[in-house]
Amino acid sequence: MKHSPTAAMGRVIGGFTGMGRKYGAEWWILIMGALIIGGIILMALLAPLIAPYDPHDQEAGPQLQPPGREHLLGTDNLQRDVLSRIIFGARTILWVAILAAIISSVVGITLGMFSGYSGGAFDKTLSLIMDSVYAFPGLILAIAFAAMLEPGIMSITIAVAVIYIPTYFRLVRGQTLTIKEELYVESAQAIGAPNLVILGKYIFPNVIATTAVVFTMNVGDAIMIEAALTYLGLGLPPSIVDWGMDLAMGKKYLPSGQWWLITFPGVMISTLALGFTMLGEGLAEILNPRLLER
Amino acid sequence: MKNLLRYIIARTLLTIPMLFILLTIVFAVIRIMPGDPVSAMLGGHAPEKVIEQKKEELGLNKPLIVQYGNYLWQVAHLDLGTSMIFKQKVTSAITDKLPATIELTIFGMLVTLLVGVPLGAYAADNRRSGKDYLIRLFGIVIYCIPVYWLGLMFQMIFGVWLDWFPVAGRTGARVFVSTFEQTGLYIIDTLLINDWAALWDVLMHLVLPSLTLGLVLSGIFIRLTRANMLDVLKSDYILAAEARGIRHFPVVYKHGLLNAFVPILTMMGLQVSLLMAGAVLTESTFSWPGMGRLLLERIYLRDYPTIQGVIVIFALIVAFMSLIVDIIYALIDPRVRY
Repeated sequence: MKHSPTAAMGRVIGGFTGMGRKYGAEWWILIMGALIIGGIILMALLAPLIAPYDPHDQEAGPQLQPPGREHLLGTDNLQRDVLSRIIFGARTILWVAILAAIISSVVGITLGMFSGYSGGAFDKTLSLIMDSVYAFPGLILAIAFAAMLEPGIMSITIAVAVIYIPTYFRLVRGQTLTIKEELYVESAQAIGAPNLVILGKYIFPNVIATTAVVFTMNVGDAIMIEAALTYLGLGLPPSIVDWGMDLAMGKKYLPSGQWWLITFPGVMISTLALGFTMLGEGLAEILNPRLLER
Repeated sequence: MKNLLRYIIARTLLTIPMLFILLTIVFAVIRIMPGDPVSAMLGGHAPEKVIEQKKEELGLNKPLIVQYGNYLWQVAHLDLGTSMIFKQKVTSAITDKLPATIELTIFGMLVTLLVGVPLGAYAADNRRSGKDYLIRLFGIVIYCIPVYWLGLMFQMIFGVWLDWFPVAGRTGARVFVSTFEQTGLYIIDTLLINDWAALWDVLMHLVLPSLTLGLVLSGIFIRLTRANMLDVLKSDYILAAEARGIRHFPVVYKHGLLNAFVPILTMMGLQVSLLMAGAVLTESTFSWPGMGRLLLERIYLRDYPTIQGVIVIFALIVAFMSLIVDIIYALIDPRVRY
């Protein structure tokens, strides 16, 4: 009986509530966030199976039909099914936001570690550059990049990625400065370990834990920046299904009362960003209660 | 006093390398990125000769390093060049639009403070109660709502359905801007000539945009105020004040909040960049004729000198505001000066 599915289920639920008792509301915030993200990722992966229509199909139904039985979320001005566009749009935003966060974390962590470890003029210059970029409004920088690059998935990803590099750089550099003084790093240096080995083996594992929290929050932020760029008509060609672009298109029908065109893409952007923010908040509280001041 | 002066001078000098780096980044993004502004502007079919001529006119045929030098020289003289599309100085286009953005951001900030600070203080006072969690949840949720979408929702609910507020522009059709425009800050302008009807119209147009911008930023201020208030409320002088029998309300919301306000003020400096980004998006949703709209319009027209000029101005504003906030901080809190 010990290995029956129900018992396993019971243990899982027991474990969950146990964690809930230990960490309180933070644990439930984390679970909620994870469920939201999991649900939307699942929707994106299964898009071709669950979407009732092709998101590009311009004969899916009558023009500007309100939500109803035929089209659960209505149709747009080009007779496309809004629900199908919502489902496929998840793919674009998730791909761009997660890829952008990966790029900026890899670049930011690498530069931060090298800068903090090597010190000197290189560190000073790089820190000054990163601090200046950090102070500048990220969205405006991303707008400039997106405006200069040819519209496409890679362009918008780069435009979003660039603005988060300083976030990782500052965090990781600061931690590297502290870890560098630790006894185990000094002893590794004393026995003649090469710098790359020290960075990879002793410093990297110590900085990676806190960046996990920042990464999650970063994806949440990147989602809003991606949607903002495409809402402004930048970064993506019209052939790609995207929530931000659908929102911009629906805006034209706001005065005439076609509420469903602007409501659903916005709800999805907010929900997805909320999922990542909640996951990040929960992780931060549980992994390191002092990371976010309470 | 001597210390304060020394601090202000040192802090001002520190702004120079930051500005220099920001200006360099703007130049790099606009000029070194792939794509040729002149052929983009003239369309792909312009003859080679016309393109070359236009490039010479704009100084784009010179080596990059010379262009960079010229650009820094120009910015140092507060000259941002001439638009590529219109025969208009970039600075005059910006001075036309800047007041609209200033008016919007000031009122946005006001909403943020009026919503964020009291709610954050109240949450801290009722720590770990249902009210606390509810306020924190509101803070997280409002932070995750894209500012442009909140604007669209407000337009739909309060503009289209309820018809309470206008949804676009700074003034209505019955108000003639030319009769009062002086500073470009319409509230001041209408007050100067005592035109109450116009003032009312201007204020009504400000309601939805500043609510949108302010509410989205209030989430951060709820968190900041709450965190700082929690620290303050733990301190001895609060306990002492309570022990002396001063009523709870003034202890928390007068003595407590005043002491929590210094760190909040410094954080305001960091929020300037969020405020600017939020303003660009709010302007786009509400057809607000400010800097953000100017930037986007000129991006669609590929007017590179104006794009560059607007971003330079944003960089100047951010550098200037962080300088001001640091100086105010030093004035309030003497410990900073040393």
